[in-house]
Amino acid sequence: MSMLRKVWNLFSRTRLNREIEMELAAHIEMCIHDNIARGMTPDQARRDALVRFGSRAAARERVAGVDAALLLESLGSDLAYGCRQLMKNPGFGVTAIVVLALGICASVSIFAFVDATLVKPLPYQAPWQLVGLFESNPLGPRFHLSYLDYLDWKRMNHVFSSLEAYDNIQVALKTANGVQRADGAVVGASFFRMLGIAPSLGRDFYAGEDTLNAPRTVILSFSVWQKRFGGRLDILGKTVSLDGTTTTIVGVLPRDFYFGPLDSVEFWMPIHESLNPDLRGEHGIMALARLKDGEQLETARAEIGKIAQQLAAQYPDADGGRGGTVVPLVEMVVAGIRPTLWLLLSAALLLLLIASINVSGLLLLRFQARQQEIAVRSALGASPARLVRQFTIEAGVLTMIASTAGICSAFAIIHLLRKLIPHNFLSAMPYLNTIGLSWHVVLFAALIGLVCLALFTLIGVLRLPSANLRPGLTEGGRNAAGTVWRRLGANLVIVELCMATILLVGAGLLSKSLYQLMHTETGLEPDHLATLGLLPPPSKYSRSEQRIALASRIIADISRLPGVQSVALAHGLPISNIAGGSTTFEILGDNQNKQQNNEANGRQVSAAYFATIGARLLQGRWFSQSDGVSGPLVAIINHAFARKYFAGQNAIGKHFRFDASLPPIEIVGVVNDLKEGPLDSDVQPTIYTPFEQGADSNFSVIARTEQAPQTLLTTLEKTIHQIDPDLLTMNAETMEDRIQNLQSTYLHRSSAWLSGGFAAIALLLSVVGLYGVIAYSVSQRTREIGVRIALGASRDSVCRLILGQGGRLIGVGIAAGLLCALGTGVLMSKLLFHTRPWDIFTFLGVTILLAASAITACLIPAHRAAAVEPIAALRSE
Amino acid sequence: MVMAKNDLQGALDLLILKTLSQLGSMHGYGIVMHIRRVSDETIIVEEGSLYPALHRMEQSGWIRSNWALTGYGRKAKWYSLTRVGKEQLANREKNWEQVAKGVAAVLRFA
Repeated sequence: MSMLRKVWNLFSRTRLNREIEMELAAHIEMCIHDNIARGMTPDQARRDALVRFGSRAAARERVAGVDAALLLESLGSDLAYGCRQLMKNPGFGVTAIVVLALGICASVSIFAFVDATLVKPLPYQAPWQLVGLFESNPLGPRFHLSYLDYLDWKRMNHVFSSLEAYDNIQVALKTANGVQRADGAVVGASFFRMLGIAPSLGRDFYAGEDTLNAPRTVILSFSVWQKRFGGRLDILGKTVSLDGTTTTIVGVLPRDFYFGPLDSVEFWMPIHESLNPDLRGEHGIMALARLKDGEQLETARAEIGKIAQQLAAQYPDADGGRGGTVVPLVEMVVAGIRPTLWLLLSAALLLLLIASINVSGLLLLRFQARQQEIAVRSALGASPARLVRQFTIEAGVLTMIASTAGICSAFAIIHLLRKLIPHNFLSAMPYLNTIGLSWHVVLFAALIGLVCLALFTLIGVLRLPSANLRPGLTEGGRNAAGTVWRRLGANLVIVELCMATILLVGAGLLSKSLYQLMHTETGLEPDHLATLGLLPPPSKYSRSEQRIALASRIIADISRLPGVQSVALAHGLPISNIAGGSTTFEILGDNQNKQQNNEANGRQVSAAYFATIGARLLQGRWFSQSDGVSGPLVAIINHAFARKYFAGQNAIGKHFRFDASLPPIEIVGVVNDLKEGPLDSDVQPTIYTPFEQGADSNFSVIARTEQAPQTLLTTLEKTIHQIDPDLLTMNAETMEDRIQNLQSTYLHRSSAWLSGGFAAIALLLSVVGLYGVIAYSVSQRTREIGVRIALGASRDSVCRLILGQGGRLIGVGIAAGLLCALGTGVLMSKLLFHTRPWDIFTFLGVTILLAASAITACLIPAHRAAAVEPIAALRSE
Repeated sequence: MVMAKNDLQGALDLLILKTLSQLGSMHGYGIVMHIRRVSDETIIVEEGSLYPALHRMEQSGWIRSNWALTGYGRKAKWYSLTRVGKEQLANREKNWEQVAKGVAAVLRFA
């Protein structure tokens, strides 16, 4: 038979049927004709022919059944039947679809984030070979390098095929509207070559273009080329004025280029630093390197450590006590959020599991109700395989609709979640900009859809062959299958309750951890504080006296503003993502700590700083007006410093110096510990020096206000610009917003909220599942309950019977859940702040909440059971 | 002996193919009648088995069909052998002879 004919048959079942019909009819007519020729009457002839032939319908079915290509057609009719069934029971259909879609949506949304962050490789050549280099010092392992150290590391290593510096800077860009601040970066000349990126327009930097005397050149980022320069094609060779220097544009980077460790950068320039050996102690840049093919990370780490030690021995003033570390670029970029993402993905998958179990329970329940239909089908000749096929197709329709709904809502949720990420977080993770339904994500959604379908089919397969068919055919018969389902349904509910417990405990622990974080002692009073960052252009304020004069003017003008209680300046604001600004120092006098190379955080602050932020003086005095340019050099240390270096002594009156070339400084006060870094980091020893005795180039204004600090922010900026329009301002925010937008705070907050949301949904689903099982069992036991009541049982005892049944399920489920939750808590302990994984209050709280909700769910069927009329129950057959 | 569906389905195919090879082209009723006549009313093929077999063999490409007028004045589906069908017939005939020889040998063994 030609292929065309087969395909044709596929699409025209009716046509095929008609042909077969005609063929069989012709056969019968010929038989009748012969019968009449043999002598029968027409009636007899017809009857004989038909009887001889047998059932025409069956024959036709059998002929058509031979047609292999019609398998698809029968699948189609199964599909249509399944859809009709779903539409006939909209309540069941909608519930099942919504529950499953919820689980799928949650999992797919979180997976999109996991995929964008962890699965997609960095957009560079061989990104696993790229590593970041850091110097370590007594304060910690990841600190900046100095330019001269960088050059030495570059020269002396044997493990890297290339090593280039990078650093982010603020540039003053001269535009038609005046001077604006722009984000820039300085990089080694072979930086882009090392990454394997070539500019899309123009050229890369030459080797040697990063020396001090090379002509000034710049490569633009794609977005700044579009935004500031209108995407002009003749941009190469044009100049811009950056920091007062005329710089030539030599290239434009590709559109999708980004470099994670630096925030969005507009202008990329070669690094131009002086080779003055005195500057070895200025540690201000970072470095990236590419491992040679075949080199291991450990070897590189060991070699850098050795090189750093050599330099420390050679230059004890600048590099004493410093080592070196090597960190893979991937780690640098995602390490912070990786554990959180895995946590959220696990929570979402648990939720999906609960949702699938709920839906399987619903399907089983419906199957119970269709026992009669299945029995009839079996009697008519349907094999078990055929029945399972039909069950699978119905479950498949359900799963497909739910998956589609889940994916569509996941699309919306992904974009919603992305909008909720604070801006500074997003700029550190630019790969999140391309998040969406990539083919990875769609594949994942299809995979979990298939897994759910397999689960449903498995349950169907387990149930069907054991179906005792005869009781199904007779109405109202109690079948053994009912108890099987009751047990299976009960086990499923126990699993659901167990997983809901895990999710609830997880959410509880994360919430407690968030609470601890937000209420951790910061050392200051963050309410009613407005802050603003300032960058005076170095060309205009090159001398220290100019900066001090500017500072006094700013303080005077701002304190005159209405509502401002006090104002101060600081080199670095407290509570930030990283507590930078470390400095070496040396303690003078007869002191046990004779090491020369101690490290502490250094901050330059104005006199009113501590009073403005609400710090507490532990010993000595605050800075005063006499601690000015002409007065003796003084400093205030924090409690951690005093504890570490002056344990058991009075720190007031002791002297130290930053290094041998600088004069000694007297300690005049001890302040309580202020959190300079993130909320969950320890406080390091810190030295505060008066602003007037050494002002750094950029600083921040901080003001305590009477009214809401939000309202003061624009006024602050305007006042600053009135003083000098060339001053660059940035990051105007209140202290409270600053704390909220910290990366670690944000991560804690979002994990707590998201897992809380999942846990709430899981609670709802498992409680509803429990209700379903208990209600069904009550409906099955109506006669038994009627008999009990008729024999004299009180309504209360019936109620207690049902509650007892529910209670057993709840008890086992919660107990198992608490055990697993303990394990989960231990796995999660890295993410918890000041919260133990076996926190008693959380466990107790979750147990009470879940038990109470579950018992409440059981009360409804229990009351219905108690209200059963014995006569009616016994009469119903 | 009435040939039911389950009895030696291979033999049914053989009979149909042989009939068609001898008659050249025939419709279903004619095939039934021919087999009855030649086997002297011993083998009566049931229509319920014949037509599925015909359809199956048509799908496998052993026979081809076309609609034409019969001697009775009605249109019916006539079947004829294809080249592949002729090969199948030769194979099955050889097979059947061997099977028959084997069965006879077992029965003769006293």
